Amino acid sequence: MFKIVEKRTLADNIYLLRIEAPRVAQSALPGQFVIVRVDEQGERVPLTIADFDKEQGTVTIVIQAIGVSTRKLCTLGEGDMIADFAGPLGNPSEFVEMSADELSKRRFLFVAGGVGTAPVYPQVKWLHERGAKVDVIIGAKTASMLIYTEQMKRVCDNLYIATDDGSCGFKGMVTAKIKQLIDEEGKQYNECIAIGPMIMMKFVTLTTREYSLRTTVSLNALMVDGTGMCGACRVSVGGKTRFTCVDGPEFDGHEVDFDEAMRRQAMYRSQESNASVKHEHKCNCYGK
Amino acid sequence: MANKIPRVSVREQEPALRATNFEEVCYGYNEQEAQTEASRCLNCKNPRCVAACPVGIDIPAFIKKITEGDYSAASSIIAKDSSLPSICGRVCPQETQCEGSCILGIKGEPVAIGKLERFVGDWSLENESDAELTIQSNGHKVAVIGSGPAGLACASDLAKWGYEVTVFEALHKLGGVLVYGIPEFRLPKEKIVAREIDSLRRLGVKFETDVVVGRTITIDSLLDDEGFDAVFIGSGAGLPRFMGISGENLNGVVSANEFLTRANLMRAYDDEYDTPIFVGKKVVVVGGGNVAMDAVRTAKRLGADAVIVYRRSEAELPARKEEVHHAKEEGIEFKMLTNPTEVIGNDKGWVRGLRCVEMELGEPDESGRRSPIEKPNSDFEVECDVVIMALGTSPNPLLKRTTAGLETNRRGCIVTNEQGATTREGVFAGGDAVTGAATVILAMGAGRTAAKAIDEYVKNKAK
Repeated sequence: MFKIVEKRTLADNIYLLRIEAPRVAQSALPGQFVIVRVDEQGERVPLTIADFDKEQGTVTIVIQAIGVSTRKLCTLGEGDMIADFAGPLGNPSEFVEMSADELSKRRFLFVAGGVGTAPVYPQVKWLHERGAKVDVIIGAKTASMLIYTEQMKRVCDNLYIATDDGSCGFKGMVTAKIKQLIDEEGKQYNECIAIGPMIMMKFVTLTTREYSLRTTVSLNALMVDGTGMCGACRVSVGGKTRFTCVDGPEFDGHEVDFDEAMRRQAMYRSQESNASVKHEHKCNCYGK
Repeated sequence: MANKIPRVSVREQEPALRATNFEEVCYGYNEQEAQTEASRCLNCKNPRCVAACPVGIDIPAFIKKITEGDYSAASSIIAKDSSLPSICGRVCPQETQCEGSCILGIKGEPVAIGKLERFVGDWSLENESDAELTIQSNGHKVAVIGSGPAGLACASDLAKWGYEVTVFEALHKLGGVLVYGIPEFRLPKEKIVAREIDSLRRLGVKFETDVVVGRTITIDSLLDDEGFDAVFIGSGAGLPRFMGISGENLNGVVSANEFLTRANLMRAYDDEYDTPIFVGKKVVVVGGGNVAMDAVRTAKRLGADAVIVYRRSEAELPARKEEVHHAKEEGIEFKMLTNPTEVIGNDKGWVRGLRCVEMELGEPDESGRRSPIEKPNSDFEVECDVVIMALGTSPNPLLKRTTAGLETNRRGCIVTNEQGATTREGVFAGGDAVTGAATVILAMGAGRTAAKAIDEYVKNKAK
């Protein structure tokens, strides 16, 4: 069992949980994920690590309450226990292999969307601490959906906000903001890293392709075990089938078949919505 | 004459009923049935069954104890060579091992050795598992990676010899393939697997779940920082293979590992659990091994029409005869000499069929089985909405990648000597991680062999 030591509400339906998991915290690196199972009946949910503290032995995750298991997870509070917390899984981001000397010469552009903003944070922090230049674009539908803006500001060179309705920062999609930065402000980057909804990552890669800007994406495919056993997370990269859990989760975005990935992500959607109805029904019964 | 008695048939759940539930198919022998069946054994001077048992259990001796009603003694005889009789009695391919070489089998039916082993194992779990044990620690620590048959067997022996053993399991539940792979209807999880594991706990074995060695911790950190004297790798062969044909990434194509893990480990068949599973109306399982049988029978129980597609003929099916027989009784369709060439999708990217070709058998290949050859212009379509690939598995490369000096062969299997020592000092391995996908009994045997080698290694080092 793993203890929730901190819980915060970041935005509507988006929560931060800091979990006591010393072994995971000790080994975690930017880019990796964990598998969380809320209770005996829960699913194994893959979540990208949003922060880790080796000294305190804690790992932070950020969750949007959408499915049955994520909603169950979000009803828990500080001091509550979750059944399982396994990780860190997947490969760390490629740049963790680079020396501080190499990193200090590089300019990164991060594009973060929705809850994907949370896992961008430890990457930006890592790079910033090692002298890399990092710009970050955070995209959201509207200002109230933005998360991590204050923390991010402290660890990046320039933070740009893009909202669909213009309620904060740039009005428009993150892709339009990328174009503006490169075309109008003359910004140059060695690499772009995009983490967010599949559809956002797809369009970011289409945009950066025009500039031949190398782009890494972090895929949030369906998984069961997260260790290479099930193959539910199969994704086509450069025409080859790869497992997101052990070959990823980060891949060259220009090589990923996003249309297939989005279709595969929806494989259990009808079962999941049935389960949600069932869950709601149960909750109502207990409430009476 | 003992051999005039016909083999005692075992009571089973009715096929039509069991095809709709996940309760165990086979009820096993009661005391009287076991004694009658045991009385059939000729107690051969040169018992061929013992030679054919991968771990050399003294079969005639334990059977004799059954006839005497001394089940505790029977259990002790088995325990000398096997640590998991309730499990092996259920899942061993007896027809190609002990029972396959029983002298009675030449003219009639062999002694039901597997069912007798299961009887003794279950009797012991029921009657002997509360015994209090006090084992003096020898002060040495051994780490076991993986809680499947190899790891459990290795841990059990080492604990009995006084080692402080910690088993690290990547998943949330203990048992490895016994819980994620083999279905409840063949091997009950709470009644059998959990109790075997509890008996290890009573020996003082510690278990840590949710630890992925190679990620959460490494073999180096176990040896250098956590004070373990030796490490045993029993991490199995968990990576599923796919065919590499067109359409394999369509929605509705899953590995048998995924399908079975959702059903068994994650209990998707149980309404109380949140696990989704997609079964569809018609499921085609590609493959002919035990895993294919497990997948197809699980699909049937979840309400689908279920078909096996296999490229050779029925005689070459690698699955246990009993499983094939049970599957047929349950209404599984077998399409033999059939090989898929393409998964066909609809306009939404979901499976709507499987294109196959007919095969015929040619000359024997290196495995000794006649190799299938495609019949020209024989392609046809099988309508289905789910395709389950059960084509075998290979070991996970994670430990090799994260452990310096640990060699593997070109199939990704860990290289060991006959005693189970790997190319890295202090690191031993056994089971599917070394052999590639094989049987529970071989893995258990390898775990015990390695336990002896670990004992010698640690004692020599301490000198």
